[in-house]
Amino acid sequence: MDRNSFLKTLGVAGAALTSLPSLGKARTRVISPDWMGMLTDLSLCVGCRRCEWACNDANGLPNESLSSFEDQSVFDETRRTEAYKFTVVNRFEADGYPKPVYVKKQCMHCIEPACASACLVKAFRKTSAGPVLYNEDVCIGCRYCMIACPFHVPAYEYSDAFAPAVKKCTMCFERFTEQGEKPACASICPQEAITFGKRSELLQLAREKIRSHPDRYVDHIYGEHEVGGSNWLYISPVPFEQLGFRTDLGETPYPEMTRGFLSAVPLVLVIWPMLLMGAYSFKQRKQKAEHSCTIDEEEVS
Amino acid sequence: MTTWTGKLDSRDSWVREKLFLGMPFREYVRSLMTPSNFVVLVIFCIGLPIAVIRFTQGLEPVTNLTDDYPWGLWIGFDVLCGVALAAGGYCLASAVHLFGLKQYYPIVRPAVLTGFLGYFFVVVGLCFDLGRPWRLPYPIVYSFGVTSVMFLVGWHVFLYLTVQFLEFCPAIFEWLGWKKVLHWANKLTIGATVFGVILSTLHQSALGAMFLLAPGKLHPLWYSAFIPVFFFISSIVAGLSMVIFESTLSHRIFGHQVSHEHHANFDRLTIGLGRAAAIALFTYFCLKWIGVAHGNHWDLLGTTYGELFLMEMLGFILLPLLVYVWGIKTASARIIRLAAVWTILGIIFNRLNVSIFAFNWQLTDRYIPHWMEFAVSITIVTVGLMTFRWIVNRMPVLYEHPHFSATE
Repeated sequence: MDRNSFLKTLGVAGAALTSLPSLGKARTRVISPDWMGMLTDLSLCVGCRRCEWACNDANGLPNESLSSFEDQSVFDETRRTEAYKFTVVNRFEADGYPKPVYVKKQCMHCIEPACASACLVKAFRKTSAGPVLYNEDVCIGCRYCMIACPFHVPAYEYSDAFAPAVKKCTMCFERFTEQGEKPACASICPQEAITFGKRSELLQLAREKIRSHPDRYVDHIYGEHEVGGSNWLYISPVPFEQLGFRTDLGETPYPEMTRGFLSAVPLVLVIWPMLLMGAYSFKQRKQKAEHSCTIDEEEVS
Repeated sequence: MTTWTGKLDSRDSWVREKLFLGMPFREYVRSLMTPSNFVVLVIFCIGLPIAVIRFTQGLEPVTNLTDDYPWGLWIGFDVLCGVALAAGGYCLASAVHLFGLKQYYPIVRPAVLTGFLGYFFVVVGLCFDLGRPWRLPYPIVYSFGVTSVMFLVGWHVFLYLTVQFLEFCPAIFEWLGWKKVLHWANKLTIGATVFGVILSTLHQSALGAMFLLAPGKLHPLWYSAFIPVFFFISSIVAGLSMVIFESTLSHRIFGHQVSHEHHANFDRLTIGLGRAAAIALFTYFCLKWIGVAHGNHWDLLGTTYGELFLMEMLGFILLPLLVYVWGIKTASARIIRLAAVWTILGIIFNRLNVSIFAFNWQLTDRYIPHWMEFAVSITIVTVGLMTFRWIVNRMPVLYEHPHFSATE
């Protein structure tokens, strides 16, 4: 082997080895200053649930008349998102706050989504426009995304035997990218409690509101840093933990949680064969030595 | 032994010899009418209709899974416990083929077979749980989610199934009498064993690592950065205990197939396995406490979940460990077997704690499996046992084939 081809082989081997750790480092993150987001101002929401109606309407989900959404009895229990309810509004009573606080729940559209890092067939993607989208065409239905989501958002079509899919809010991706319209919930909200815009501008707006009305808001933008940040943001008149929000989730993006493990994988792949084959050859040598010993003894006797 | 060679020498017909255990068809069918087979029939009569409902009506009518509890008994027991308990294959294969513990040679084949069937039926169980099981090969051939720990699990279980099949191939080729292929299959053993250990290390730990993505849902006493290590070490514990349990059952049921010298050695092997299991169990016990210390969660031991954790740690790890030690001190294979069964229950308890009992600990509503979920799990285990029996009754698993002296 001449020197050139030797170096070439070395290079290929090196590339093969170093590309392995990139398995662990492959990131779901798309950084975009222009991506869109939503800001929900919980001090403005009156619990009319029109957003629920509009969401069902826009996504072709089973729906009822708009007036039936005025029914207040649904607030008796706290609801979560379901396969055919991409968004739900819940009512909370907070300490020292005169009115009930209504909280709209839907996909947070995380900057580094746990669902996407969990998915073994890459059914989720973080778009550069902001929303986290799900592709039904590759989904095998393992539901690991639902285990991983810290916000209990994705839901499953358990009653479908032949084409069950994961269901969740898309932030009306097609509606705003193709038709240039605001997401359905933001369009219908009579209180203008939901603002659609660039995430960077929404953050400024939220900060501005908190600064100019410190009596009306707690100094916390939920979704700015939680689990690495999300494209859906909230501001609130009362502390978030009183409104069913998890405030103990930390600021580490969820994909980080498994990154360490994944980067250890190539190490095991490379080191284990050495240790095991080492043990094997020691064993072989020992056996050979014992064998020749017995032969020697036989010869002596 | 003589009856077996006699049967193999006769040349009546291939089907009769290989499939009907040397009996005419009618006699063979009559030999199947036993009380235990009647129990199996009853289980199938319940399990199969449920399978039909599952694959025509969806998961809804047969499971209690919800959007908050997307994983239930089928993942917690069939997959997590199934993979852990099938770890005996790689433990024994590496002990004998790599580390030269020759005396365990007679129990490698049953252990490898248990491992292979264990994994195979894990995949069967998974097919019940997956929403679209016909897309099972997608992560292997079509769409690659390389950021996912589960991607790793999928690939490794697929590769490991292949490796275990290769490891078991010599028995199949001896059964069929294919000498040439047998020669090649035997040559693969070392490579397959090394590859098998690597794959097992990675996917056993990866099953634990899947829960790293649920820090807000899995109770802190079970959630730990070390959870991959817990799963890996406990798989060794589970694998060895399962080999003790399985070989005991095999000796009871298929005792006539086992040679006399192996019968005499059997208790000694059991005690040796018990010693290894005890060391692994002790390591696991220490590691789990390191996990608590690492997260500094001592205060949580006083809570309700702390009681559950202590029950697992003391009742299902420390106690079986002490029983193992007692069995080793008194050189009693019987006590070792008791410890093995207890340990197996402990590992099952741990996997169910992680996937079900301590999962969503902050939610008020709990998941309780539907009776049909239990029925499906029981059916799958039964089919697994039937397959094991079918193979052991035909292929040289528990005995050495008279035409092939198997010791290397």
